[in-house]
Amino acid sequence: MALDKATVARIATLARIKVADADLDKMVGELQTIISWVEQLDAVDTKGVEPMTSAVEVTLPMREDKVSDGGYVAQIVANAPEPVVVGEGAFFTVPKVVE
Amino acid sequence: MLIDGKTGTWELVIGLEVHAQVTSKAKLFSGADTVFGAEPNTQVSFVDAAFPGMLPVINRFCVEQAVKTGLGLGAEINLVSIFDRKNYFYADLPAGYQISQYTRPVVGKGTLVLDMPDGQSRTVGITRLHLEQDAGKSLHDQHPTKTYVDLNRSGVALMEIVSEPDLRSPEEAGAYLKKLRAILRYLGTCDGNMEEGSMRCDANVSVRKQGSKELGTRCEIKNVNSVRFVMQAIEYEANRQVELIEEGGTVQQETRLFDSGKGVTRSMRSKEHAHDYRYFPDPDLLPLVLDEKWVAGLKAALPELPDTKRERFIKDFKLSPYDASVLVAEKEQAEYFEAVAQGRKDPKLAANWVMSELFAVLNRQNLDIARSPVKATALAGLLDLIENNTISGRIAKDVFAEMVESGKDAAAIVEQKGLKQVTDTGAIEKAVDDVIAANADKVEQIKAGKVQLIGWFVGQVMKGTGGKANPGMVNEILKKKLGI
Amino acid sequence: MAALTDLTIAEARDQLRARKISARELAQAHVSAVAKAKQLNAFITETPEMALSMATASDQRLKAGDGGALEGVPLAIKDLFCTKDVLTTAASHILHGFKPPYESTVSANLWKAGAVLLGKTNLDEFAMGSSNTTSYYGPVHNPWQRRGDNRPLVPGGSSGGSAAAVAARVAMGATGTDTGGSIRQPAAFCGLVGLKPTYGRCSRWGIVAFASSLDQAGPMTRTVRDAAIMLGAMASHDPKDSTSVPRPVPDYEKALTGDIRGLKFGIPKEYRIDGMAPEIEKLWQQGIEWLKAAGATPVEISLPHTKYALPAYYIIAPAEASSNLARYDGVRFGLRIPGDSLDGMYENTRAEGFGAEVQRRVMIGTYVLSAGYYDAYYLKAQRVRSLIARDFTEAYKKCDVILTPTAPSAAFAIGEKADDPIAMYLNDVFTVTVNLAGLPGISVPAGLSAEGLPLGLQLIGRAFDEETLFRVAGVVEKAANFTALPPGIS
Ligand SMILES: [Mg+2]
Ligand SMILES: [Zn+2]
Repeated sequence: MALDKATVARIATLARIKVADADLDKMVGELQTIISWVEQLDAVDTKGVEPMTSAVEVTLPMREDKVSDGGYVAQIVANAPEPVVVGEGAFFTVPKVVE
Repeated sequence: MLIDGKTGTWELVIGLEVHAQVTSKAKLFSGADTVFGAEPNTQVSFVDAAFPGMLPVINRFCVEQAVKTGLGLGAEINLVSIFDRKNYFYADLPAGYQISQYTRPVVGKGTLVLDMPDGQSRTVGITRLHLEQDAGKSLHDQHPTKTYVDLNRSGVALMEIVSEPDLRSPEEAGAYLKKLRAILRYLGTCDGNMEEGSMRCDANVSVRKQGSKELGTRCEIKNVNSVRFVMQAIEYEANRQVELIEEGGTVQQETRLFDSGKGVTRSMRSKEHAHDYRYFPDPDLLPLVLDEKWVAGLKAALPELPDTKRERFIKDFKLSPYDASVLVAEKEQAEYFEAVAQGRKDPKLAANWVMSELFAVLNRQNLDIARSPVKATALAGLLDLIENNTISGRIAKDVFAEMVESGKDAAAIVEQKGLKQVTDTGAIEKAVDDVIAANADKVEQIKAGKVQLIGWFVGQVMKGTGGKANPGMVNEILKKKLGI
Repeated sequence: MAALTDLTIAEARDQLRARKISARELAQAHVSAVAKAKQLNAFITETPEMALSMATASDQRLKAGDGGALEGVPLAIKDLFCTKDVLTTAASHILHGFKPPYESTVSANLWKAGAVLLGKTNLDEFAMGSSNTTSYYGPVHNPWQRRGDNRPLVPGGSSGGSAAAVAARVAMGATGTDTGGSIRQPAAFCGLVGLKPTYGRCSRWGIVAFASSLDQAGPMTRTVRDAAIMLGAMASHDPKDSTSVPRPVPDYEKALTGDIRGLKFGIPKEYRIDGMAPEIEKLWQQGIEWLKAAGATPVEISLPHTKYALPAYYIIAPAEASSNLARYDGVRFGLRIPGDSLDGMYENTRAEGFGAEVQRRVMIGTYVLSAGYYDAYYLKAQRVRSLIARDFTEAYKKCDVILTPTAPSAAFAIGEKADDPIAMYLNDVFTVTVNLAGLPGISVPAGLSAEGLPLGLQLIGRAFDEETLFRVAGVVEKAANFTALPPGIS
């Protein structure tokens, strides 16, 4: 697949990484090199091969329905930039979102 | 519902996606509490806040609840299902992805039967049910330049239940939601509380010319939080689309919000970052494999669901389909009715009392049946008194009012107030004689053929006995004495 | 008597238990060594006070006679493991100032066994790299140098700080994590033993995730016995990690019998790649002779999809990483660069917080998962991964263990290969298949290159058969008698 600037810009937006317009060309080149390289996989015949879903041969373990965690709001927001304490609780804050 | 437009008649095509919060003590992938209304971020584990290195472990009970719900919808249970990551950035989605099920949900196709007010029923297809995590909550109105984020809901288990686009009117959509809610509540898998957000609905609405087989472009109305609003939103949206098309416009596939204050839907202003969720199997989780016997055990242990109960009520209690539908709409209400009706000669009497007298009181006092001032055994006691002729139906209404008021039981009230029906023939004959003697003119009229006056005589006798005389007996004795 | 920092873990353990040395003096010796080795840049955070106070507690337990398997042994922890209240960075600016309120299961297991924390070691940012040059905290220097050339060399990566610290004798052992070779390749570059356990053997809980289906923690030590002791303490079944396997942890040290008579070891023909350095080829041949001499039989095997392992890896790992790294968004912890909107804040924070290689991989991962490309890249790669795993299943019908070189070259200079990502990726050509198949692999120092740099041989085992790996690795170690030391260490 040939990558272009618009695609790379869209990917950067999806990934929420700001890429300056001036850097886009360089990035297109770098990503194109890697994408072309991984495309050697096209040569492998994978007809009828199931994709690998996990590296271990066990099924999903389940836990009991017990409240065993949480209840430590101070630790939850301890590393947060600009938390706001309200009563017994606290909020994370982000720039205002307009819906 | 059909819409008569300028260019012809339009049909609505509606599909609903319901997010139902699974009733469970702890979250889907963490051990944090799920109780509603806690202080912000007090019910959050490091897993729910997506701290580095944190990993999900699934709650078995939530899986059980989803499977039970699937069984209740008569749906296929997929013995192998996969959890996928749905990737997008949002302030209340801490990991940057929601763990959901995409290609292989735990529950496949099922059905739901709608009971329409006209007594008709309609079968609606269920496409799938999958388990996923809820996001947190963003509060936009707490600060002039900031949005506040509370992750208490983050990670709470949801069942996303998707219908086929089989609904054709706001009424059907309303009936669907009510019926689904009833089933969930019967199963105990979701409390169905729309105000607290434990049931939320997205509606996909499109319109097409009547008779057309093609689907129009649909809009998704997000997160509507009451049955009434869902119906209003659909109605508004369908009319909007018809008008738009008829004026030469085209419907844009988009997400819209319902403004319940104005009764309108509007496009979400936040420019749709063309969503690309990049679903892929969550490598932190392995395939969910269910044991066939375990599923069979859950199926065997399912409670009686509304449709079955309705049929039984019609058959065993000789109820009309309509009455039966009303009574089974809520599990507690059906159980209440059944407790009152059980073993009764005239179960229809129980139905009438529950649906008129009791519901009126509950409505007036804005109570649900679980908190009824008159318990089922007390109401049954009252109906016993009617059935064994201790009191008349008229007196029973007064007794009931007193029961509501004081909480006392019917027999005690009847005893205390001396309301016991007079069934002693002698006493009634005497009262009849008194009335006949005092109203010779009216007796003449009756004998001359004005038979309808009998009602007046009955009234007088009842009055004379303080309403306690058995009306049937009064009637009979009057007729005999008046020779009619 | 040898310096305290020259002791192996096994020796130190025995002397501590015999009360010939104290944990406190052992810790002190290593704390001083850490301070003296600053030019290696092996540590992001040093924790000398913790080391000494943990050692003091160890001495008390040793006195009471109830010390654990690693009681009083000073270790370094890769800064990808969350350590309670100790800065944890993943070598990324985006985790600026992050102090986890919890301890990873693996490090908690080590502390429970009595180990002592010297500090958090440097690594490639988010473990993405093979040279430890992508760290926000600067490159790590390999304690080894080419003969007659004092240009700084890479220690390999991503567990480069751990490798450098153990090789320079400032830590007795260190934890690493291995997603495509990140324990084994730096072990080979620094003359160490490094083991990547079977996927599911060590808990991933509390380890900053890179690629969840491939990541696995393991020990980096100076001897095979030390690796066995350390893995025994690190491994566990952890109910907090759904991919952790409920199997008892064997006594790995007991596996070191030295007896491999009758064992069949596979030599995969596809590992004879073009352009392999002749000295690597020679070392591999030497390894075959050593095992034969010890009574094992070589068998030629085929792992036909080997050449597709790296491209498959460079789809799968970035895909998982692009999702795993979405949580670094400036909201709950770490760096926040303001923006005029929520998205603006995200984009600024992530542009500033992630280095170039991390950004590149997040972009690749986002691309291969995006609508229209998922089947062609991600699903295709997962199918190829199935074939790679199947290759091993077939091979293990013919042999018990597989012998290969660890890396296609010895350590290279810092800056070399810097502008060619694919040349850099090729470092993992021999190791990455093991991660894709979820198998255990160990690198053992086996010889020196012409320039005097360590070279390693890799042994690959059946799932959960670390015991055979240790047993065979012990034989290679003994035969190789690798006694060379980095310059300046005697
Ligand atoms: Mg949806
Ligand atoms: Zn959903």
